[in-house]
Amino acid sequence: MSQTLFEKVWNRHLVQDETADAPALLYIDLHLIHEVTSPQAFTELQQRRLTVRCPERTVATMDHSTPTWSADLQGQRRYASEQAWEQVQTLMENCDRHGIVLHDWDSPNRGVVHVMAPELGLTQPGMTIVCGDSHTSTHGAFGALAFGIGTSEVGHVLASQCLLQRKPKTLCIRVEGELGPGVTAKDLVLHIIGKVGVDAGTGHVIEFAGSAIRSLDMEGRMTVCNMAIEAGARAGLIAPDQTTIDWLRGRRHCPQGEQFERAAEDWLSLASDPGAVYDREILIDATTVAPTMTYGTHPGMVVAVDQPVPMPADGTAARALEYMQVKPGETLQGRPVDVVFIGSCTNARLGDLRAAADIIRGRQVAPGVRMLVVPGSEQVRRAAEAEGLDRGFINAGAEWREPGCSMCIAMNGDRVAPGQTAVSTSNRNFEGRQGPGSRTFLASPATAAACAVRGCIADPRFLDGEPEVCIHFPSPRHMEARP
Amino acid sequence: MKPLQKLKSRTLVLDQDNIDTDQIIPARFLTTTQREGLAKAAFADWRFDADGRLRADCSLNAPGASDCQILVAGDNFGCGSSREHAVWALEQFGFKAVISARLADIFRANALKNGLLAIELGRPVVAWLRQHPGVELDICLEDCRVTLPDGASHGFNLDPFARTCLMEGVDALGYLLAKTDLIARHEVSQAGAS
Ligand code: SF4
Repeated sequence: MSQTLFEKVWNRHLVQDETADAPALLYIDLHLIHEVTSPQAFTELQQRRLTVRCPERTVATMDHSTPTWSADLQGQRRYASEQAWEQVQTLMENCDRHGIVLHDWDSPNRGVVHVMAPELGLTQPGMTIVCGDSHTSTHGAFGALAFGIGTSEVGHVLASQCLLQRKPKTLCIRVEGELGPGVTAKDLVLHIIGKVGVDAGTGHVIEFAGSAIRSLDMEGRMTVCNMAIEAGARAGLIAPDQTTIDWLRGRRHCPQGEQFERAAEDWLSLASDPGAVYDREILIDATTVAPTMTYGTHPGMVVAVDQPVPMPADGTAARALEYMQVKPGETLQGRPVDVVFIGSCTNARLGDLRAAADIIRGRQVAPGVRMLVVPGSEQVRRAAEAEGLDRGFINAGAEWREPGCSMCIAMNGDRVAPGQTAVSTSNRNFEGRQGPGSRTFLASPATAAACAVRGCIADPRFLDGEPEVCIHFPSPRHMEARP
Repeated sequence: MKPLQKLKSRTLVLDQDNIDTDQIIPARFLTTTQREGLAKAAFADWRFDADGRLRADCSLNAPGASDCQILVAGDNFGCGSSREHAVWALEQFGFKAVISARLADIFRANALKNGLLAIELGRPVVAWLRQHPGVELDICLEDCRVTLPDGASHGFNLDPFARTCLMEGVDALGYLLAKTDLIARHEVSQAGAS
């Protein structure tokens, strides 16, 4: 019988199928952990006198609470708080105690968990991968079933290498046609979320398919799957193909030589069979996608950068516009920008930094704009520095930092001040996400860089045309209380 | 986890869709290594102003709000980050149940694993509840029904496994560990396969 990619991966990992009374028992191939969502799980393990079942299937990194400043001459790092430092220490101790590999400050591979694992070839097609982090969906770009879990489940996987799961439904989002010049994977995924809505994927695994998806490189595919969670789906999936195989060949944790070729053959067989049936299907036309940004307080409130912001559909949307100080009926172009953040597991890989650097080259960050560039991993950092991208950014007036989540989640001291406008390549524009009172506009690296050099929201395709006039808003009122 | 079989309480309404876990607990509170001490962090940016004073116009701060054990919210409640801290903060604030027409997947899973009853009711009932904050509801897990003050009652779906865990006050880890033999067998068969 024809099977979808999801069903093939699901079935291979069933330790016990679900019944009316009990969920399925799903085996987990790779468990990624970081400092924020693991400490309470380790405490639970200790209290119950349990051990980690498969330390060799568990890999740790530190990324959320870690400072992005380099260490000082004494090797000291500037943590945001004593507690942040303690949290990182706790991870080190837990990994030590349980024999788990940790990519710490000394590792040449440390990075944001969803950037680091694929780079090392830890992420492979057909695997089940979990992490106490909702953007685990990123790894679905390789045809792995990868999803975020809570801390209780982190404990379950540590103790049993399994999870109790109900089988989700499947949703196929087919994107046909070619993306226009200057339009990137980020624009595409923002466009998709705007079309289908932020809860379209609830209860589903999304498979992204179609010619536009197939022509994306692996970095672009990761950007798309990364944001599947923003459409409500725990997992996004893309069928492995030659692009996947070529990207993985020679990666450190992948099989090598003859074994790799055998694995590759198996990986290619994972693609959904012709005639496989999904619970739902949605078709998207890639040719209609323009550089796209968010204008509201969730990732489904999006608009093409050259189009007017739509009228709010309800009270919640109206409140969002008020919070963002955005006027319906006007385009976002010309709105002054305070901060530009290039970073996060959505867009901080080498290709993303190159795209931003291309825009910056020969230009300067506009006066009054703070631009922060944070590579996704040590590997990305080294590669970017080898190409001189760091110097390009620094010479243009941007800050070049060490890898980490940084301003994506604003836990480590890097944050946007109350009332400020940030254009960010990350994945969430929730109220206060980048710091209390911050206003976040999500965009691609090219768009974000264009905004940095213009000093206001700008279309990266027309950077050399007439400069937009920056309209100055009155200074933002203090945020109003919520219900 | 305390067993939960019945719950009778007034509702507190947050009449908004897409309330994400960054609202429920802002990220700056996540540097903790404990589960406890998060009551103050619940909806911190809604409840407190920039100087740390309680906002009088926030319904979570209203007199009597702390007695409401049932939270009613708009669609897609708990979307965003997988942080279980959101559930811990809601429980420590005093909530025992969350009702929405649509709950985000990870939030719901996290809630049920911690004894916080997270349930979906039909859109018309939730719409009515959103318009009538403070009504007293009777929730019964035995027959999976919510009863309104006028006696009308509405059924809800709850995974039988999660329901048993909630009613008995046990978590799933014990169940998983009892499957060790099956898990080991799966590992052996997979090692043979590749
Ligand atoms: S970069 Fe942002 S979204 Fe990605 S793991 Fe870090 S905090 Fe989460």
